[in-house]
Amino acid sequence: MSREGILVPNPYERITDEQVQQIHRASLQILMDPGLICFSKKAAEIFKSNGAEVTTISSADNPCWRIKIPEKLVIEALDSAPKTVKLGARNPDNALIMKGDEPRVYFISGSETNIWLDVDFPAYVKKSDSSIEIKVPEFHPRRATVADLCQSAHVCEHLETLDGYIRTVNIQDADITEDNKDVNKFFASLNNTTKHFMSGLTKLEQLDNVVRMAELIAGGKEALQENPIISFITCLVKSPLQFVEDTTDTFIEVCRRGLPTVVSSSPQAGTTAPIKEAGIMAQINAEVLAGITLGQLVNKGTPMLYGSVPVMARMDTLSDSYGSVETSQYNIDCVQMARFYKIPNYSTSGVCDTKIPGQQSSIERLFSDIVVTLSGPQYLHCAYGLLDCNAVFCLLQAVLDDAHFQMLKFFLKTPRINQQELAETMKQIREVVETPQKLYIRYIRQVMRSGEISAPYPFEGDGESDSVFTLAYQRMNELLAKPVEHIAPDTTAEIFREIPGLLPRLNVYKEGK
Amino acid sequence: MTEDDIIVRLKENVIQGRKNQDEEGIDEKLSGTPGVVELTRLALEKKTSLEEIINTLTAGMRVVGEKYSSKEYFIPDMLASAEAVGEAMEILKPLLEAANVETKGKFAIATVAGDIHDIGKNIVAILLKGAGYEVHDLGSDVATEKIIDFVKKESPDYLGLSALLTTTMTEMGAVIEALKDSGLRDKVKVLIGGAAVSDEYAQEIGADAYCMDGFQAIKELDSF
Repeated sequence: MSREGILVPNPYERITDEQVQQIHRASLQILMDPGLICFSKKAAEIFKSNGAEVTTISSADNPCWRIKIPEKLVIEALDSAPKTVKLGARNPDNALIMKGDEPRVYFISGSETNIWLDVDFPAYVKKSDSSIEIKVPEFHPRRATVADLCQSAHVCEHLETLDGYIRTVNIQDADITEDNKDVNKFFASLNNTTKHFMSGLTKLEQLDNVVRMAELIAGGKEALQENPIISFITCLVKSPLQFVEDTTDTFIEVCRRGLPTVVSSSPQAGTTAPIKEAGIMAQINAEVLAGITLGQLVNKGTPMLYGSVPVMARMDTLSDSYGSVETSQYNIDCVQMARFYKIPNYSTSGVCDTKIPGQQSSIERLFSDIVVTLSGPQYLHCAYGLLDCNAVFCLLQAVLDDAHFQMLKFFLKTPRINQQELAETMKQIREVVETPQKLYIRYIRQVMRSGEISAPYPFEGDGESDSVFTLAYQRMNELLAKPVEHIAPDTTAEIFREIPGLLPRLNVYKEGK
Repeated sequence: MTEDDIIVRLKENVIQGRKNQDEEGIDEKLSGTPGVVELTRLALEKKTSLEEIINTLTAGMRVVGEKYSSKEYFIPDMLASAEAVGEAMEILKPLLEAANVETKGKFAIATVAGDIHDIGKNIVAILLKGAGYEVHDLGSDVATEKIIDFVKKESPDYLGLSALLTTTMTEMGAVIEALKDSGLRDKVKVLIGGAAVSDEYAQEIGADAYCMDGFQAIKELDSF
């Protein structure tokens, strides 16, 4: 069994088949000229031993190489990269099966923000009439903790539309170090959601501890390969066209272990990529192809996703503008490129520029969520709860996002128009026109309870009041009060025995909890 | 089926909104079993008192109202139940008249001249019938003279006027003026409703009440 996601009928395409071909050819040219600068010795050696042109361009204290990747290597990699990728889950029914040529969309959280946004509702009294009091949401940013990560995984477990969980916050507790961050973020997340879990890795040395933890949960090494409950996201290529040492080395090791990984690139149009659409597309595609080629050279057939996080630069600050229209255009172009290669796509939407939930946040995220979903990416990192580009996570916003994804999923249902439906409704039409009241209302009831009618917006207020935030906050607390299925006590005990660095307070079975 | 069974089933079928045995209601298990119409006839055959039948119908509608308030039921459910009760009342009407039992009142309803929009008016008519009123639906785009004639001849206790358009709502004022001119204004309570009108407008034209929807109409009628 696996989650259904939503199959997009007739996915929207921005660029023509010829333009796809043009980008593909331009990317292949870029991979040879100028090629990539590589700061990873391991990657340089892998490319060299497989026939790429590798030249040293560095000094002794700053080793780096220029890699020119011939078309043949790229085509072979595209051929061996799996066209169907399974991302498993603690609850096997929550597995995600992604086919590169099938526009079935899964909605996923993310990314990793430093800031967690709390909300409360202080009361304000009207100056001219003290009998009138209103409650206004106030948002308070603070550094995120492991408890926040647990809470967000807990709520995401219960968000109906959310198919998989990318860790939402960077845990920054006083007792979290570079050495224990990975094991704690993996455990905190896995222990609070039975959906698929994806994350980056802070320290390569922790990879085996994290994989071992996943093996214990999944039921062994083979069981983990069969049901990969975790996957990794690695930004191995820094734009423009540079293999970064640490993430590339991490990527190589993940590929060696055969676990699914996202080959992600995030160029910014205007600064780290050309401002013109043709340019950023040729470059990001070259960067992702370079990563896919490396991964397949490391371990032929290792599962990977074509990861695209292209973004437009804001002209006023030159920072990322996820809320810009161009960002959605680039993402849709990338969806088409990935589909051309038949490799499942990790795409991005829903990230907004504004710092707090509100009208701007709703407009920016809903716009990109709709248009990018319609293009049919398989793994849509649609950023439940993400604000201020990638800087802030707000659980209240994640609950709000779930509501609009319900609308989007409903919208994408397959139209039910067939001979049987037409025959039934024509019978109704003939009956109703003969009645004095000429109303079809009596036929609504069964349809209403069959799930064929969309629900009203769940956070609708009464009359003229806007109660969206208070009702969503209420919903958020209801979800937090619902239990989640934690990892079993004996497995938890085994994990705490075997895996070093776990914070004792994360053990829900510990005495006194 | 015993008399007690019939009464229990009658209430349940009002709650389910099953007018007759052909209707499916909400609980699929009831499909094919007698609905409100058949059960009302069965109750009469068993000599159940009119009072008990009406009390049962009312008790069922009360549950429906509660379910609507708690958002378990929606308007289509409410209407289905009201329609079923309305049908039962049609069966009981001659018996009630023979027994000199008064209904809750005679209610004439119309969409005013120039306006053909009648969805709201029809829904209100169903709800009022289900609430025990004797409803006379005069139709849509009804000329003022026709309304006045009806009031003159049939002496309804209440007159409901509906209009969707800002261009036709003024006709409501014309009806009230015509009632005054005919010396009928104090003989009938006038309730207005429809998307174009408001409480303020009701006061402006001298109507007795503005009703946002059918439910408010029932509340207003109870308050008279």
